[in-house]
Amino acid sequence: MSQTQQTPLTYARITEDVVRMVDKPSKKWWALFLPTVALVGLGVTCFFYQVATGLGVAGYRHPVFWGVYITDFVFWVGIAHSGTLISAILYLFRARFRMSIYRIAEAMTVFAVLTAGLFPIIHLGRPWNFLWLIPYPNSRELWINFKSPLVWDVFAVSTYLTVSSVFFLVGMIPDIAAIRDKVKETPRKIIYSILSFGWKGSNKEWLHYTRAYLYFAALATPLVLSVHSVVSWDFAMGNVPGWHTTIFPPYFVAGAIFSGLAMVITLTVPIRKIFHLEDYITLDNYDGMAKLIIFTSCIVGYAYAAEFFMAWYSGSPYEWGQFVYRATGEYAPFYWTMVICNCFVPIVLWWESVRKNIKALFVISILINIGMWFERFNIIVISLSRDFEPGAWGIYKISFVEAGITIGSFAWFFMFFLLFVKTLPAVSIAEMKEILPVPKKGG
Amino acid sequence: MDQGVVGIYSYQDSVLSAVEKLKEAGYRNMRVFSPFPDHEIEAAVDLPESPVRFFTLFGGLLGATCGIGFTVLTSSAWPIAVSAKPIVSILPYMVIVFELTVLFGALSTFLGLIINSLIRQRTPVRLYDERFSDDKFGVAVICEKEKIGAVEAILNSTGAEEIKFDEA
Repeated sequence: MSQTQQTPLTYARITEDVVRMVDKPSKKWWALFLPTVALVGLGVTCFFYQVATGLGVAGYRHPVFWGVYITDFVFWVGIAHSGTLISAILYLFRARFRMSIYRIAEAMTVFAVLTAGLFPIIHLGRPWNFLWLIPYPNSRELWINFKSPLVWDVFAVSTYLTVSSVFFLVGMIPDIAAIRDKVKETPRKIIYSILSFGWKGSNKEWLHYTRAYLYFAALATPLVLSVHSVVSWDFAMGNVPGWHTTIFPPYFVAGAIFSGLAMVITLTVPIRKIFHLEDYITLDNYDGMAKLIIFTSCIVGYAYAAEFFMAWYSGSPYEWGQFVYRATGEYAPFYWTMVICNCFVPIVLWWESVRKNIKALFVISILINIGMWFERFNIIVISLSRDFEPGAWGIYKISFVEAGITIGSFAWFFMFFLLFVKTLPAVSIAEMKEILPVPKKGG
Repeated sequence: MDQGVVGIYSYQDSVLSAVEKLKEAGYRNMRVFSPFPDHEIEAAVDLPESPVRFFTLFGGLLGATCGIGFTVLTSSAWPIAVSAKPIVSILPYMVIVFELTVLFGALSTFLGLIINSLIRQRTPVRLYDERFSDDKFGVAVICEKEKIGAVEAILNSTGAEEIKFDEA
């Protein structure tokens, strides 16, 4: 561990360390930030090329008209989930290991939903018509179809974005106030003063704040479960072999939390190193996350097995044919990548030495994210490429435009994240102080 | 004419004893500043339960009502049978009702927090010290000008390291 461990954590040191994080960006930060902006540019270029040329450049061929964009959408919504899990559900369970990582996880949630929300629009041939999904009075006096899972999705994802953004901003108010009181330069002081809503940390403010936080957590908990359930219904409500199953909501929610936790590890490992946060994000934090990964990996593994069993047990040749095709057909390498990354790789986390080995965790977390991306790809693309009618079967290949936009989406996500760690408190100052022993004169 | 006085402390138990003594002496209009939410301070000051919960409840109920009204009224306004379902299908509408309940509930909780915590509290700015967000606690009392001396004595006797006055 680093030299920072020699000085124990004190209230003053916590404030100082977090204020130092939002100081002037270093060359290293620019070296990370500028390439992400360039890659966002690549994604945007691909998008405009697609709009100008048509959806044909997206590799959509009969019968597969939901491809990488929908895969990316489900992937990013999934990534968003563990942020709320860590900030709301673990808050209600009073799990202390969440304290140092929850701000990063919440930021990840907000940026991942921002990224996810782009994909249904990118996926449209005429993206400017996305407004038709939103209910508003119009000259045709026609309203949207509230029985459609796609409309539920609009409500679920936009509610999730709003609520998680509010939760994120409210959580930061006391910490921004602490930064406001430390920074000297006038423009920054003004910005932080506005963002802190004039917070002073009096007992009355804390009283209302802690209650509001509790209610936010209580509202966000069922919301997070509902959002990925609704996303899974986009598929499960359709009568397509491989989609039409009741296991989807819990399977998707568990998968979302699984991939989101892996992404938290992927993001916190470099941040911890760069900003010397070893005293904040401790090995016990990683141990807790790794245990949750084991738990959700078991659920996901069980879901894979249950899907296969139900396909066989249903007696439906279409259903069984679909699953045999997944494991043995043209897409089999993708299927087995998913199984290995999501079911077998996390087995090593049963060993405590692996759970507390940062490098190993980093590699495992990336493998899990690769596996979870392929899980969505398998569900969406393989199911569509072989449904009921053999004459209508077809193969879908990812086009360079789709690859460019997918890479651009990762860059878009990391761009926001880099801006966040340099401008806002990435570690919760107030909550870190809360877990330190209270200073008492009487000892 | 009321005046404010604030004592700055490093130790939480000194703050608790100051709060107790001030309460015994009959001072109710006080604020305790801390860098983090402290349950012992909350219990010592003993404020009535926060009204934010009513904002959450009201927002949630309003959201649910809007969700039901919106879905039922719009589908009845132009009846088209979709997916072989009744014109008004309550079960699928529950998804919209649920999402709007959470959305309105969360937004009105936020409103409740802003109104109660940041607009209604009216702490004189000069009683605030920038160290309260860092590593110090503060006990501020607003009382009649004549009683300032007595409050100052209590703050001093409980170990305040520094005392400031609000001259306004």
